[in-house]
Amino acid sequence: MSALTVLQTETGEAADGAAVVLDDVTKIFGSGNRTMVVLERLSLDVRQGELLCLLGASGCGKSTILNLMAGLETPTAGRVSVPAGRTTLMFQEAGLFPWLTAAENVGLPLRLQGQRRAQRDTEVRSLLGMVRLEPFAGHRPHQLSGGMRQRVALARALAQRGEVLLMDEPFAALDAITRDQLHVDLARVRAETGVTIVFVTHDVREAVRLGDRIALISSRPGRLLEEFVLDGDRSSPAAHEKAAATIVPQITDLIRQELRRHGSG
Amino acid sequence: MAVAETPTGRAAAGLDSLELPVRVTKRPLGRRIAAAVLPKLAALAVVLMLWELVVLSHIKPDYIIPSPLDVLRGQQSRFGLNPGLIQEWQNGTILTAIWSSVSHAVIGYALAVAVGTPFGLALGRIPALRTAVGSLISALQTLPSVVWVPFAIVIFGLSSGMLYFVVIMGSFPSVVNGMKSAVDQVQPLLIRIGRSMGASGPKLWRHVIIPAAMPGYVAGLRQAWAFSWRSLMAAEIVATSVHAAGNGLGTIVEDGGDTNSMTLVITGILLILLVGLAADALVFNPLDRIVRQRRGLITEDA
Repeated sequence: MSALTVLQTETGEAADGAAVVLDDVTKIFGSGNRTMVVLERLSLDVRQGELLCLLGASGCGKSTILNLMAGLETPTAGRVSVPAGRTTLMFQEAGLFPWLTAAENVGLPLRLQGQRRAQRDTEVRSLLGMVRLEPFAGHRPHQLSGGMRQRVALARALAQRGEVLLMDEPFAALDAITRDQLHVDLARVRAETGVTIVFVTHDVREAVRLGDRIALISSRPGRLLEEFVLDGDRSSPAAHEKAAATIVPQITDLIRQELRRHGSG
Repeated sequence: MAVAETPTGRAAAGLDSLELPVRVTKRPLGRRIAAAVLPKLAALAVVLMLWELVVLSHIKPDYIIPSPLDVLRGQQSRFGLNPGLIQEWQNGTILTAIWSSVSHAVIGYALAVAVGTPFGLALGRIPALRTAVGSLISALQTLPSVVWVPFAIVIFGLSSGMLYFVVIMGSFPSVVNGMKSAVDQVQPLLIRIGRSMGASGPKLWRHVIIPAAMPGYVAGLRQAWAFSWRSLMAAEIVATSVHAAGNGLGTIVEDGGDTNSMTLVITGILLILLVGLAADALVFNPLDRIVRQRRGLITEDA
């Protein structure tokens, strides 16, 4: 079996076990004669437990897609539904509360849910363990490195117990070595929690590394350009390198074509 | 954890430890105190020296500009002894006056804080309220609080109520404005995240907005205290000059003026300054330090 399969764009109907469904969604910002079509007739579904990467150049409305999924914005036309339940957003900036320790940051969503102290402490410890931060439970954000802060943010997002985790370029501000490490951490978190993830990135390699599926989005207006299913063996680094070697240039080429389309006016 | 025992886990832990800042050992306590205190003592010495030089130059007679030593020990004049720090201490005036002034200032200040804090929060979050009274509050802040003294005397008479009123009018706008701008400066991302984790209404205030606003609020509190103290001194001096009433530090200054005793005037000024310094050193500097240190806004050993 080949490591990678390229599928044609599917339209419409939600597959069984869909966690999030975008059905023919159009999003227009502005009004009168100053409008911008950000998303045009976009149909996309995220399956239960999968990691879907939304990939595209700037201006492709990736963040708008996440906001629609999170319910922070409503579509101009079409329908958005989240059959899986609740969503949790995570951003490029960790956005930790600077007056709280790492453990208190992770514990705050649990506290807001009304969870009791003893139970909360246990859960916070296990969440921090999942992102390898148990020894730093008592540190405040300013005492942690950028990568560690983003891991606290991940643990805090998990504490919100959303069924779908929406990650908006969460590792974009980190250096390559740290980002690499966070990819490993995210894979472990997925394995332990089975959470469904929609991961926005503009980094082709990151998308290929993390995604079960990649949705390539065009820019202005955002449409689904192409979908890639990555179903090969990616457990060993060697197998992954091999897979990436074929798919990365392919996607990069599509993105270049898309950029050229905008460059020629 | 099982993760930490695998080779990749160990590499990851290594990365964490390399990325953390190197801990610098603190300097010994004695040296830190010396570094904090010696420059202040040197500055004080310079000021006393300049003062003494002015006295020695005889620009003015020494009953108009008494020397530091005269202010300490009192000064003989044609009409008897002009009291200085030592006499005022011995007859108990200093402690009584400090107690009277500090208690009036603290109570008035506490009331201003109690009313101004919720008001500032509301002003920070309710646009209509801000449009309505925001600029009025800022205008009040520029109004010298001494203008309230006649107003307060007419309403409250020469009572503690009059002093409280002037203190509140002087410091309330600073509390409100401090809290308002602190709330303005809360990062929208933090509020967004707070909302997304289910904090809304009072919970959002308690867990996100108020703690995030603390550094700015503390700065407002400090400024408000300065205004409280100034307002009270103005009120004491004016009230004493009209009705020979009161027994605070402002009274000492005014008494000195009335009896042509510059040593007493300077004694009063020094004491007023001293209380201001003490409030900063004992209350506001530590408070500010705690709030900022927690957030990493100052380095641990600075």
